[in-house]
Amino acid sequence: MKTTLAISMAAALLATTATVNAETLRWARSGDALTLDPHAQNEGPTHTIRHQMYEPLIIRDVTGAFEPALATDWAPSADDPNVWVFNLRQGVKFHDGADFTAEDVVFSFERAKQPNSDMKELIGSITEVRAVDDFTVEMVTDGPNPILPSNLTNLFIMDKGWTEANNTVNVQDFEGGEITFATTNANGTGPYVLQSREPDVKTVMVKNDNYWGIDQFPMEVTEIVYTPIQNAATRVAALLSGEVDFLQDMPVQDLDRVNNADGLVVKQAPQNRVIFFGMNQGADDIEADNIDGANPLADVRVRKAMSMAINRDAIRQVVMRGQSQPAGMIAPPFVNGWTEAMDSESTTDIEGAKALMAEAGYGDGFSIRLDCPNDRYVNDEAICQAAVGMLGQIGITVNLDAKPKAQHFPLITDGKTDFYMLGWGVPTYDSEYIFNFLVHGRESDIGTWNGTGFDNDDLDAKIKSLASNTDLEARNADIASIWRVVQDEQLYIPIHHQVLNWGMSEKVGIEVDPEDQPKIKYFTMN
Amino acid sequence: MSDLPIPVKPKSRFRLALESDLFYTFRRSPVAMVSAAVVVVLVLSAIFAPLIAPTNPFNPASLNLMNGFTPPMTPNAFTGDSFLMGTDDQGRDVFSTILYGMRISLFVGVAAVFFAMVLGITLGLISGYVGGWTETIIMRTADVQLTFPSILVAMLIFGIAKGVTPVEYRDQMAIWVLILAIGLSDWVQFARVVRGATLVEKNKEYVQAARLIGRTPGAIMLRHILPNVLSPVLVIATISLALAIIAEATLSFLGVGAPPTQPSLGTLIRIGQGFLFSGEWWILLFPAITLLALALSVNLLGDWLRDALNPRLR
Repeated sequence: MKTTLAISMAAALLATTATVNAETLRWARSGDALTLDPHAQNEGPTHTIRHQMYEPLIIRDVTGAFEPALATDWAPSADDPNVWVFNLRQGVKFHDGADFTAEDVVFSFERAKQPNSDMKELIGSITEVRAVDDFTVEMVTDGPNPILPSNLTNLFIMDKGWTEANNTVNVQDFEGGEITFATTNANGTGPYVLQSREPDVKTVMVKNDNYWGIDQFPMEVTEIVYTPIQNAATRVAALLSGEVDFLQDMPVQDLDRVNNADGLVVKQAPQNRVIFFGMNQGADDIEADNIDGANPLADVRVRKAMSMAINRDAIRQVVMRGQSQPAGMIAPPFVNGWTEAMDSESTTDIEGAKALMAEAGYGDGFSIRLDCPNDRYVNDEAICQAAVGMLGQIGITVNLDAKPKAQHFPLITDGKTDFYMLGWGVPTYDSEYIFNFLVHGRESDIGTWNGTGFDNDDLDAKIKSLASNTDLEARNADIASIWRVVQDEQLYIPIHHQVLNWGMSEKVGIEVDPEDQPKIKYFTMN
Repeated sequence: MSDLPIPVKPKSRFRLALESDLFYTFRRSPVAMVSAAVVVVLVLSAIFAPLIAPTNPFNPASLNLMNGFTPPMTPNAFTGDSFLMGTDDQGRDVFSTILYGMRISLFVGVAAVFFAMVLGITLGLISGYVGGWTETIIMRTADVQLTFPSILVAMLIFGIAKGVTPVEYRDQMAIWVLILAIGLSDWVQFARVVRGATLVEKNKEYVQAARLIGRTPGAIMLRHILPNVLSPVLVIATISLALAIIAEATLSFLGVGAPPTQPSLGTLIRIGQGFLFSGEWWILLFPAITLLALALSVNLLGDWLRDALNPRLR
């Protein structure tokens, strides 16, 4: 007996010494990545998971500045203003051992332009991507595009051979519920390799020992265990009990509790994300209301009244516990085109709202369904519930339908919701990104997240011209005039800008990234 | 004067009840009396909720978000309003919400048990009296269903029903779907007990006599057998009521029951559970205590009834 005990103790001791260099980061947030397919679903948390395994040409570092990833440098061509030249990193290998070359870049950009791709708005101005040699790529745009690099920070590069071998050349049809090899498997060049994945349960990634930047970045985490925990209290309990080291989507009501706990900290920064409601104003009649043969949301007075009924200060004070900033426009303050004046245009005025409703012929109100996610934004469902009460005060009876984001988002992109909540972050830091996705009329390759039915040809032309407008002053004037229309039409009802809170164990060393995109290769572990 | 017999006044039903064995054992059992009192108080306050409750929590337009998270009996910092049991995250008065929520919990519980009882008694009587293949099919179905936890069956039914109802009607439908789901997951108990009792009763002389004079099987089952198998059913019904209330709370706690705009006790506990760590204990505690009191006293009452109706236990 004694010898067995001694042996097992020695074994245990050995095991502890052996694990000194192995650092597991147990990471949780409210929802899971919707898919691993790099070009389906342009959604924040989905990109976050991809960023650990796949890489774009250029990424943003912890401060938000550009950092070379698969491209080492890039510049507009000296000969042709419509061409950008990218020099690629040499000696990079995909996880399966294949070499990374220009061919993969060309392939990935073509893939990202497919009809099912959710990334096509970002590269709509690119007409051709050509490989000059194995490590040089030229991108031709339909006019000079000075801000092209900022559109590429979430555009991941796949291995051409791997996709062909696994029959996953086509982007997954997410809305159609398709599952392909690439949705559950990953083969990138990134710092971590997918080990196992159970959607909505657990994803495990291990350090890529062949990563090109292994000496350049801390890379102290050797294994990542990612667990989505939808329930806020359970999520915090996991952090408090030490089951989790790093928590995104910190519930705002528990900030003090976590901050006061031994060995835990909360880090905070304003987030590049605005939360708002969208309304289907383009249809003649909508399915979600109780008015037959007419669409109350088509009347700008109704939309203005709805915006005026929302008490953003109360939402900030009570629902968000001060962790938000009331918004008057759907651009975060980081973004080119944001102005303080427009961001303070939202006012609360119940009497004025009632008068507007009466003027529009809806003095008796109407009823409508509000579609809302319950595992995506901070207190998303509670905000929607608060809106139900506030809109009730001007006679609008709102039926709230809250559901997980995996079911909510397809409603918007498929045009199956008439009143919905959405949040938008702007990875390009420019208004053009917002216009391309949310303001331009819905077409096959642009305006795909515009669920409002708003379609204005003059405005669309102006939005399209932004990509190739090199005169920054004129471009900014155009942006301002587009915003004016968005504001006057009350295209959306802005609610607030989120404040970002990351809860973590003190041993985790990382600063908050305004895009809410932690890249684990920057993490240190003490 | 002749000794005329003093006419015996027929005893009123009320007097009969007062002098019955059942009432006697009730008077002897402090537990039964206390639980009955709790049940009566809770049921009455649920029925008269609109008269007792200071606000109507089901009318979203009457809520003031700024009242959110007000502690019990403390004036709110912004509005100055004070609430007996505080307010929840949406500024709803917790006391009013409990009263209204209890209505839903009780209504769903009673209706679900009634539904399960009607279904279970019918199927139990038929399988006990008819026998043969009919019995085999009904009772094997019951056995199969017993192998699944009833909450799972209820969730399955709820999920299917939610899928087929249009979203607009989901909130109104939720209550009826809950009743259907809990009722369907609960009928087996009744069917088994009634079948067992029917098997015993159907060979007794009075049933044979009824058969001899040519009464139809339906009439024999309803008029003759049913009254004699009802007392165990009554006991199961009471205990099932407590279980149904808890099942409703569980489903709502899991987010598949009563909608958050019309919270039942389970929904309230779910809402409150999110604020446990941040110190807003009242949102969870008061609905939880109410649910506990309700379920416990109904259960104790059922226990007492079982003992009282079983002569062998006396």
